[in-house]
Parts: sequence; C-alpha cells; structure tokens
Amino acid sequence: MPKIFFVTPDNKTTEVDVSGPMTVMQAAIQGDIRGIEAECGGACACATCHVYVDEAFVDRLPPAQEDEEDMLEGVAAERLPNSRLSCQIPVTDALDGLRVRIPDRQF
Amino acid sequence: MERAIVAIGASHAGVQFVASLREQGHTGQITLVSDEPDFPYHKPPLSKAFMKGTASVESLNLRGPHFFQSAGIDFRRGLSAIGIDRAARQVRFSDGSILSYDVLMLATGARPRVWAGQALPHNVSALRSLNDARRLHNAVADTVGPIVVVGGGYVSLELAATWCMTTGRDITIVNSASRLLARSASPELAAVVENRFRAHGVGMRMGVQARQFTIDASGNARGVVLSDGTEIPASLVVLGTGVLPNQELALAAGLPCDGGILVDEQCRTADRAIFAAGDCTRHFNGYAGRQIRLECVQNAHDQARVAAAVICGQDARYHQVPWFWSDQFDMKFQTVGLLPDTRSLCVTRGTPRDGKGAYYHYDMAGKLAAIETVNMPAEHMLGRKLLSAGMSVSADRVADPAFNIRQLL
Repeated sequence: MPKIFFVTPDNKTTEVDVSGPMTVMQAAIQGDIRGIEAECGGACACATCHVYVDEAFVDRLPPAQEDEEDMLEGVAAERLPNSRLSCQIPVTDALDGLRVRIPDRQF
Repeated sequence: MERAIVAIGASHAGVQFVASLREQGHTGQITLVSDEPDFPYHKPPLSKAFMKGTASVESLNLRGPHFFQSAGIDFRRGLSAIGIDRAARQVRFSDGSILSYDVLMLATGARPRVWAGQALPHNVSALRSLNDARRLHNAVADTVGPIVVVGGGYVSLELAATWCMTTGRDITIVNSASRLLARSASPELAAVVENRFRAHGVGMRMGVQARQFTIDASGNARGVVLSDGTEIPASLVVLGTGVLPNQELALAAGLPCDGGILVDEQCRTADRAIFAAGDCTRHFNGYAGRQIRLECVQNAHDQARVAAAVICGQDARYHQVPWFWSDQFDMKFQTVGLLPDTRSLCVTRGTPRDGKGAYYHYDMAGKLAAIETVNMPAEHMLGRKLLSAGMSVSADRVADPAFNIRQLL
C-alpha cells in the first residue's frame, strides 16, 4: 500500500496510506489534508489542487499532459518547475513515499 | 458562548460552508443535515466519469470518510428540514427532531423541473443526485435501443456525449429552443457544440418540444411525441429540462424569494441569522452588478466561503467572476465571465470549430464581458485573472493574430 506524505505550509507532514486506485488529489481528500481544494473534482478544470513535488520524485512521475501544463499557468501560488496538479498524478506502487508540498493558497 | 450553526443541504455549498467555518476558526457546534442517504459527493462527474463507469462512488467524495468526525461536525443524513421557526431559531425535521440555531445556512440546492404532462413512465427520468445517476447508469445497462435526451443544456449534452462514446446506441437530443445551450452559451459556441455532436452521429431535433410518451404494456415509454406531431422511438428517456431552486423552506418561513432565496453580497437573507448559498440563491453578483441565480460549482463554493468568513467576523463580500466548465467528447469548454444580454461584438481566436479556440464577448459599452474557450485551458485561466482584476482588452487587439493574453498580466 503506497504511502504519500503531504507537507502543509506550516511544515507539518501528514502521511496518507493509499488503498485502491486513486490520484494524489484523491489521497489528499481521503486523508483530510487541508489546502488541496480540488473544486472541480479532478476534471483538470480549476487548478486548486496544485502541489510542489519533492525533487527526488519529479522524474518518476508521468509527465504533465498539455491540459495540465495549460492549467498550471493559472495556479494562484507561484508556479515552480516542480509544480503539478495532484489530480493528474495517479498513485502507483512506484510512487510509494512520494512527498508533496502544498502551496500557501489555491485561489 | 459559541454560536450553534446549522447547515441544511450537504452538497458543494453546504460542505464547503462547514469546512470553511472550521478553517476560519469557528469552534462552536456545527450540524450539517442532508436529505440524501449518500455521503456528500461531487456532482459534475455524475454525467461524465461516473456515467462512463470510470469513477467509483468513493472517488466522488467531497471530503474524506472521517472528515466530519475529525472536524467535530455533526453530520446527519436522510433527514429533511420541514420548517423553520425564525422567532424561536429552530428547524424542525422529518423525523420529528428539532435543532436550535444561532446561525442557519440554507444550502438546499435545486431540483429538476417536474414534467408537466402525464405520470412519468418507468424508463424516463432526470439526473440530479447520485441516486439518479446510479439508476440511469443501470437503466443504460439494462436496455437496448435508442436513447432520447430532452433538453439542450450542459447536463443533457454531457450525458449524450458520454453515451455516444460508451454505448454506440442511437441518441437524439430534443431541444425546445432553436439552438443548443440557449441559456448558457453564445450562439457561436453552441454552433461548435452542435457540429461536434452531429459529427458523432447524434440526432438533433431543434425548436420542438417533447409533448408526451407512447407507453407499452409494461409501463415503459417506447416513443417520444414531439410538438410537430412526429414521434421518435425511445428505450430510455432523460429529461434535462432545467432545475428549480429549492426555496420553499425559506418562503414558508417568510424570507423573500424570487426564483431563488434572495441574498446580499454577504450571502445573508432578509433574516440576519439566516444565510443561503449555492444553486438555491438569487444573489447580488458584484461582477454582474445585479441579482442573478447561478447554477455552478464555483458559485456554490465561493458563496459558502464568503458566508463562513462573514460569520467568523470578516467583512467578506461575494464579488467573484463566474466560471464553469464542461467536457464533451474531446472538447473542454470553459467559460469565464457572464455573457451580456446584448453584446456589441464577438471576436474569434484560433479555430474553435476545429477544436481549439476562443470567443471573446463584449458588452454594449465595449468592455470584455466573457471568454468562452474550447480546449484552451491556459487562455481560460489567464482570462479568469484578467476579468478578476477588472481588466478589459480592446476587441481590435484581441482580433490581432499576434495577440497573446499573457502580455496583459
């Protein structure tokens, strides 16, 4: 069962155990992680599930598709090279231990 | 003593409201009441991913399964509010229980317009709730033959597109207006949509109304009779003929309603102890500069946040620029702003008809009022920033092929 670590802006880390197929965004919702709003429910239409992916994992993620790249232009917090929309990252065993930082705002 | 807050309705607005109250620091009692049996869920996927079968019920959850418990929110489901006693500040529920409130939130949503004709045959229904979606999903699996979708709004179109892709069945859209999306999109965008549906082989009957159903011995509709006298065969019919705001509870309590519960910029009703948010409200919209009713997720979330902030002592106001999206076939439609009732100009960017482009709509004063995009999410997001900042850009400039919205921000 892969574990995902969410680091909130106050530097608190929360671990979420993922069972079953879901995205990093859904793992955050299941784990009551604050700061992942995901208003559109994962349709890549709102850019409110923005996260910064730990450098060690950036290359292990499937690259962002064009829609996600586009929506990242509209994130509220600063866009960084490791910015991703968590609704577009499916959790796989290969991502066990993934650490993502949550930006200070989503709107 | 901390105020006791009761919220009625646990869809996007109600759930966002109680979550925001805790985020804003409210530590008093919060009770959230839902008249549905299900855990609160995202509505937009019901006509798309859920209907396709690619999204589980759990994946629709608006919050994690332990959210309400860990946030100290008393969540009660399967319970309808049947009356508000404003003098006593109490709400009475269907099981005889009574809840006292210091602050009440009405997030009662909307319901499908009732079919005015005969009693509905078994295989005719509308889509609003998860329960409706489950039934429809099963009905598609259990039937063969043509599907008729009555209505040309976003939910109807999303369902038609989903079934066109997943079932291969004959699908016909019956639309009483002379074009699709008559209430929610420009004629230009509607033409793009219609084109795409026709290209996928979806039948269109425009400018005619569904009048009645021909019914077989088992009580199922086998045809839909239209206002021009023709009949189209059907093994399953969906009514996507719009929704009505659930304002009766407020109305019975003497709160002013007019096609929605009337609220001000702070989401307050005429009673200072009672707020309302989401599809059930007709609200003063700072962007529109008038009272409007919006049926969209953005409005539900944003109004809920404003109400929570106001209750927690902030001077918050609802001034957000409306936005929404729809996915149909390989097209992502996104709209930001409000289409003006009368407009001066529509400037086309790119080639929306070929699947990528945008329409910029201008009001009579020459100000940019809305941007509709087709498969241009970046343009949409930047458009949101532009309109939120109260900025405009001249039609001449947008019409220049070298125009890039990024230059403005």
